[in-house]
Order: sequence, then C-alpha cells, then structure tokens
Amino acid sequence: MILSRRTLLAGLAAAPVVARAAPDYGISPLAVADGIWMVRGADAPIEPANGGAIANIAIIDTPAGTVLCDCGPSLRYGLALKAAAEALTAKPVVRVYITHLHPDHGLGLAAFDPAIAAALPGTISALQAQGQGFSDAMYRILGDWMRGTDILLPRVALSGGEEDLGGRKIRLLPLAGHSGADLALVDERTGLMIAGDLVFHDRAPSTPTADLAAWRTSLDRLKAQPHGALLPGHGPLDPGGTAAIDQTRDWIDWLEDSLTNAVRAGLDMVEAGQLPIPDRFSAMAAARYELQRSVSHLYPGLEAQLLPRIDTND
Amino acid sequence: MKGMTALLLALLAIPAQAAERYPADPLGSPMWVAHARTLFGDDPVRFDARVKVEFPLVAEDQRAFPVAIDARGIAGVRRILLFADLNPIPVAIDYRPVNAAPYIATRIKLDQRTPVRGAVQLASGEWLVSGGWIDAAGGGCSTPPVSRVKGDWADHLGEIRGRAWPLADGARLRLGFRHPMDTGLVANIATYHLESLTVKDAQGGVLAEMEIWASVAEDPAITLLPFARAGERLAIEGRDTNGRLYAAQVDVAKQSAMPVAP
Repeated sequence: MILSRRTLLAGLAAAPVVARAAPDYGISPLAVADGIWMVRGADAPIEPANGGAIANIAIIDTPAGTVLCDCGPSLRYGLALKAAAEALTAKPVVRVYITHLHPDHGLGLAAFDPAIAAALPGTISALQAQGQGFSDAMYRILGDWMRGTDILLPRVALSGGEEDLGGRKIRLLPLAGHSGADLALVDERTGLMIAGDLVFHDRAPSTPTADLAAWRTSLDRLKAQPHGALLPGHGPLDPGGTAAIDQTRDWIDWLEDSLTNAVRAGLDMVEAGQLPIPDRFSAMAAARYELQRSVSHLYPGLEAQLLPRIDTND
Repeated sequence: MKGMTALLLALLAIPAQAAERYPADPLGSPMWVAHARTLFGDDPVRFDARVKVEFPLVAEDQRAFPVAIDARGIAGVRRILLFADLNPIPVAIDYRPVNAAPYIATRIKLDQRTPVRGAVQLASGEWLVSGGWIDAAGGGCSTPPVSRVKGDWADHLGEIRGRAWPLADGARLRLGFRHPMDTGLVANIATYHLESLTVKDAQGGVLAEMEIWASVAEDPAITLLPFARAGERLAIEGRDTNGRLYAAQVDVAKQSAMPVAP
C-alpha cells in the first residue's frame, strides 16, 4: 500500500488523541481503623509506570474536616487524592501533614492551600533548600505525571504536642533519622501510628538523607510510644504495630554493619552493591535497588572514616 | 518518494563506509564510530563479554558513579580504557596494569544517559570492548564539586587514604584522594585534576600506572590489584594538572581483615 503524505498526517492527527490523554492515578483508599483510610503506594522505585505514587497516604475523618498525612508526588496526584478523600468523608480537607521533605510524600501539596499544610520546622527549611533539586529529579524521571507541580511550603510549623481537630486528637512526634526532620503521628482514638518514612514494611528503607544513629533513636521512641497498628511510609499496614519497626531497624543495622565490613575488607562500591542480601529480607521489595542507593549515600563517608591516611606529602 | 529514499540511502552509506572498520556497536551509541576512530585508530577491535564492566542498576549520584572493569578472564592485557560515550570528557582513565591483574574500579561523573565502556588492549594491539547503557540525571560534569561549594577543597588537597590487603595472587590496593577534579565546564573554575598515578614496589619497579581525566569523580577512589606480597611496601606517586606532586606509602597487610570474594 502506498500512503500519501496527507493520509499519514491525517492518521497521525487522529492517533495522539488517545496517546496524549494524561495517565491517571488510581486512588483506592483502604479502611484501616475507625475513620482512617490508607492509600497504598507501589512498593517499587519512583518510575513512570507508577507516576511516583510509591508512598502510603493516610486519610483521617475528623469532626473538623478531612485530614491527610502526606499527599503524594505531584499536582495530579494531590487533586485526585483530595477528590477521593472528600468523597469518602463528605468534608473538605482542613489539614495536610507533610511527614518529611521527600518528594514522593509532599509534592502533591501543589493541589492544596499551603495555609492548611503543617510540618516540622526542619522539614520546611529543608524543602526550601532542597525542594527544587528533588522536584527537578521528579520531572526528569516522571515527565508528564509532574505537569504543573510547583513547590509549596507548609505554612504551619509544628513542634510536637497534639492537635485537636474538632475533638479527634492527633499526637505529634517530632523525630529525625530518615531525614533531618521526620514527623510521626498517633491517632488518639484508635491508637493507629502513622510513622512516615521512619518505618518501612516489607519494602527496603531508603537512605538519601539518613542519619542512621538518629534513626535508631527515633525507632526506639516509636516503639516506646503507646500505639496500636502502624501505617508505614512504604509497604503494608503492620496490624501489631511493632514488627515493621523491628524490621526497619534490622535492615539499617545490617546495612551499616555490611558496608562497614565491606570498607574494612577493601571492597569497591560496585562490589558492595553486589553483597548478598540475607534470606530474612527476601520478602522486602526493592532490596537490591535500595542497597545500591545506600552504598552511594554512605560509602564515601565510611571510607573517609575507616581508611587510614597514607600520604607522605610535605 | 522513491527518489527521496535513494537519496537517504546514499547519505546513510557515507558513514557506513567509514564505520566498516569497526564492528557494529551492540549498544547503538551515536558516538561509537567517532570514539573508536580516536581511541583505537587502525587497531583491530571486537566486542568481548569477557571484559566485565560492572556498575549499579541506578546512577544514584551522577557526580560519583561506581564502575569496575574486570578483565582477569583474558590473558595478556596491556592497557585498560574506561570511557563514557556521551560525557563531554569521554575517557576517565587510561590504565596500564604493568605488573598487576587487569582490574580497575573507580567512580566517574555522568553528564547524561550514556554507554559506559571498558576497552582492553592485548599485546597484539587488538582491543576488546564491552559495556552497557546507564540512565543518569544531567550535569555530573557541569555542576561544581561539593568541596568547591563548601569551600574547603584546599584544606584537604593532598590527603590520601588507603589500605592494601593480600590476595591469593597479589594484593588489593584501595586508594582515596582528596581532589576537586574540576572539569573546566563550571563557570569561572578552570580545569584542575589529578592527571597521573603510579604504584611502585619497594625496589622502585612499576606495578601499575595510569593517566586520569576530570571525568573521574571528585575525591578519586581507585581500586587496583598489583602483584605484591603480604608485608610488602607500596609507593604511590601522583601529579595533578598544576604540577602538584602526591606521594603515599602503604604496606600490604600481613593478613586479610576478612575473606574478600573477588
């Protein structure tokens, strides 16, 4: 068949109507406690297939209105989340907590009024300093999913204590370790702990801004807080509330030990990224991926600390 | 339509003639022929998977991407080139494992998605090439080094860290230099990098030597496998593009800290 230029152009004009339609996020809230729903993120790296929707989000129905804990990676996600949450509760969103600075948790704020957004002061200043860099990286990886997403800074700075939302009280825990400032929350009515990225569950923890010693201290504090089930930043709900904390701690302990031993044994970063991952982590999604990222984050510092000076200059 | 196709084919035929000296690139790189001409000239070239070019699944940091080239499965390797086709400074290291196993590991900058390759030359002059694509955020070569941003690069210039561990046949030498490795592609910061490195035995015999370019990551980290015995003293000598000399000494440990797999 011989196609004329005109036929080809007409064909091209017709085809992209489907191709150009923006992909949508499927927001499917799961009830996890009385008046609380979880929107599960994909247990995968940030990639075009998931539009960056990898973090878990919590929706809380309070007498004062709808409360969100984290709001996803993009404007499009934030809009879809807002619609889904308000349809569930039939109340407008009155509070958006941003647990920490990472873009899979907070860039969806573009869909909300920053006056209702609350975060720790360390998160707000980190977003101011590093938000653009994270946003650039998200646009590069996700392309059209990110369209129209601007960086907004939460206007409400939290220092701990609790917030009373028309009688439903949320306990605020200002912690650190996964990043410079990590907010965890406990719903007083149900005891549900919303741990942000201080706790991962069956999904390997990520360490781009981690301070492992501070992280361990925060995990101790989370464990000591009276609470029921635990909604982790990534991975499935932990109904018992402690297994996911223990698993996160097990991973970061193993990670630090393994990388320390690798430096002591003279392994290169490539080899360290190929270290065997113990069987007990076999159910953990993205384990190899996060190990290799962690090697990049932590190895140069460990080498500077563990390898002796050998120069004979001067 | 037919005339146009013929014209296109004719145009395509010109680079095809120039390329026929080199085997078709399995990575389909737009720069393969250009780099092959510059680096390999008239020497025979073939792709060979025994040249193991290993790197992580993701380029987490485009300013420091770990790469290892392992050609220990090939006898008679004289020279190892590490290069990234689409970097503005493609060649990172030109290594001669004079009295060392044909292996090198380091970290390089990535300026965009690019093939990363290892090429090893045999005594016959033939080049064996391997590698793979890696996706990367832009700007590894064109963002200022961390130590320039912090402003403390000069305080640490010349610091060298390292250790050497005995292996069944030879030793494993790990070196870490403090150096900004300026590419010259950042405004108002001239090119300034470590440019040569030599490892010698206690008698002054050369075990390993290399030329280094600014596409090696800031604070270069290098692993080599020189043929040295437990307890032997190794001398490391380097020079940067300002003529500053670097020197270090390290004794190969009497025993390994733990068994090293590779």
